[in-house]
Amino acid sequence: MQEKLEDASRQLKFRSSKTGRDLSAAIGRICREIGRDGITIMHVCGSHEQALAKYGLRSALPPELDLIMGPGCPVCVTDLPEVDEAVALAESGVRIVTYGDMLRVPGSSKSLADARATGAKVDIVYGVHQAVELARKLEEEVVFFATGFETTAVATAAALLGGVPDNFLVLSAHKYVPPAMELVARIPGSRVEGFLAAGHAATITGWGIFADFAAKHGMPVVVAGFEPLDILAGVARLLELVRDRKAVVDNMYPRCVTRDGNQRAQEAMWKVFETMAGRWRGIAEIPDGNLRLREEWSHSDARKRFKIDMTGLWTQAPRARVDRCICGNIMAGLASPRDCELFGHECTPEDPVGACMVSSEGSCRIWHHYGGHPDLSDI
Amino acid sequence: MKRGTEEVVALRHGAGGAAMRRLIQEVLIRDLETLPFEGIGIAAMDDGAALRVGDRWLVLTTDSHVVQPPFFPGGDIGRLAVCGTVNDLAMMGATEVLALTCAVVLEAGFSLADLERIQSSMVEACREAVAPIVTGDTKVMGSGELDGIILNTTGIGFAHRLILDSGLMPGDRIIVTGNVGEHGLAVMVARHELDFEGELVSDVAPVGGLIHRALVAAEPHERGVTAMKDPTRGGLAGALHEMAAKGKVGVLLEESSIPITPQAAAVGELLGIDPLHVANEGKAVLGVDPAVADKVLAALRDHPLGRKARIIGRSIPEHRGRVILQTGFGRRLLAEPQGELLPRIC
Ligand code: SF4
Repeated sequence: MQEKLEDASRQLKFRSSKTGRDLSAAIGRICREIGRDGITIMHVCGSHEQALAKYGLRSALPPELDLIMGPGCPVCVTDLPEVDEAVALAESGVRIVTYGDMLRVPGSSKSLADARATGAKVDIVYGVHQAVELARKLEEEVVFFATGFETTAVATAAALLGGVPDNFLVLSAHKYVPPAMELVARIPGSRVEGFLAAGHAATITGWGIFADFAAKHGMPVVVAGFEPLDILAGVARLLELVRDRKAVVDNMYPRCVTRDGNQRAQEAMWKVFETMAGRWRGIAEIPDGNLRLREEWSHSDARKRFKIDMTGLWTQAPRARVDRCICGNIMAGLASPRDCELFGHECTPEDPVGACMVSSEGSCRIWHHYGGHPDLSDI
Repeated sequence: MKRGTEEVVALRHGAGGAAMRRLIQEVLIRDLETLPFEGIGIAAMDDGAALRVGDRWLVLTTDSHVVQPPFFPGGDIGRLAVCGTVNDLAMMGATEVLALTCAVVLEAGFSLADLERIQSSMVEACREAVAPIVTGDTKVMGSGELDGIILNTTGIGFAHRLILDSGLMPGDRIIVTGNVGEHGLAVMVARHELDFEGELVSDVAPVGGLIHRALVAAEPHERGVTAMKDPTRGGLAGALHEMAAKGKVGVLLEESSIPITPQAAAVGELLGIDPLHVANEGKAVLGVDPAVADKVLAALRDHPLGRKARIIGRSIPEHRGRVILQTGFGRRLLAEPQGELLPRIC
């Protein structure tokens, strides 16, 4: 705990507003050099959105620049049938453990929280190791509903490789970001001209992983950290690349990210997982977008151990309001929470309609927490 | 919140935000008689009521206190109950307390030694606040029927000039009397038994004496201190939202001017809780006419409880009812805290 506290204090030092103003000015200058309206860049990470909202960074960007959030919330893109699998398992009496953010994410007719309220065994953990510990203490089967991008997939893999008891099983809903970037870059109507990649995932994958993407789509990628200055510096660099039409990758987070990343973590991840096509909620079917357990790990795979029957959940009527949720469009970069008529009225963190209002990484939740507007230009 | 089809009270209805305001307005004070006399009544939803008595105002306020855990770094529920009521009086301009009452509801099984500790801490707080408790009431309920102890205190005092939380005018400076966020975060750390070094301590203290100095310093000026509120539940953000809404002005804050200790900032960061959203129990937010702002600030800083007082912003004619935070990197709206604050525990 104490270490974390010192860490938090250290981070506070990356917040000099003088440097911030210089960077904003540089961003304004580069946009003028680009010389047109509607310059659009996308980040793909809830932590980036949090920092943008918390520090009011969008108000420091010129009006001709649009910095939007893409599919950067793993909880939000967890698909209905994936939630349904967990709910169905829980309702059949199996103990489910998962991250707190997953609890209230709606499935086709129920969330895990709903299942728990009617007696299902659902526990919250802060990390996979806690789930493994729980399995060690219990006789019954413990299913870890594993969600998240590369960063948490690596943790799940490490836990399995480290040895788990027989009664510990994984229901994987892990997602893999690079293919989602591919898809979003090609979405008809997308105006995205460059990507700001998430620093923490890149500490694992390395920035080199984006090189092919940049070349293939003719689009620059800049890896950025999460302090306000990291983000502004990342945006400035990305805009330079847009201006110069350089479809390359640059690393603006060198204090944490290297070209090749953490090789051992990658090896661990690919030893345990392989990619498969999967739906990302509200967005599309993404080739290679999901991570499933490899054949060798069948003995720990909840989908192999149990026959999961979800049909019971599909006969119940879905909640009416869900139809009006535009989470999917928001995550595809085609809309913003401001475009949703339920935002802040019928949909709030206490009574969420869509996953984007449930997860602390969802843009609706983040906007709501930080005052409801990404900047002050429209009020 | 719904149970089946029936609407029920939820915890957020007690959290000091918009939900609580709705519950009070739509259910609790609906159809209550209006005042038969001159003064400030319940409809104003201020810190207390004020009744005209001769050329003075009799200010009256009441507050029930529950806190988990009842003992926390820097104080306990006894000190909290005295200070809460004394401070509410002060916020309306009644900086000298005439008398307090105290009602105690206890759960069977509550430790007598703890009760004695709470009682002596009330005695001490009363001494500091120069406020006598003159009558009281005691009830005991069955085990499990409440969580340990509830303390209610009621207070009366006189004010020569009433100060309302609706008095902000465009241009007024906003002053906060010291570091914010400490009570709420200290209680949260104690409640979740998190173990941090370099303790975070509640600021719970009676601020009547401090506020008295500010009022005297502002006195010759006809407006002087224009509005006051103690940033308890809902924190600085909640208090400023209320002042902005009632005063029909906007509030512009300079984030870097808001006094927060590095310790509180770091704990807030770690728990995912905004220190501006959590309760303070020994602080006040003042709206002050710009002509006397420096004098009031100096007077506050001259008092032991006001050493860290700062001007943190000003009220503006635009953006009525909103609080805008200048972060040093950009600007954003400061959200009004909505419900229960749930820490993210890593
Ligand atoms: S505000 Fe709620 S309903 Fe609207 S898009 Fe966001 S999550 Fe969906």
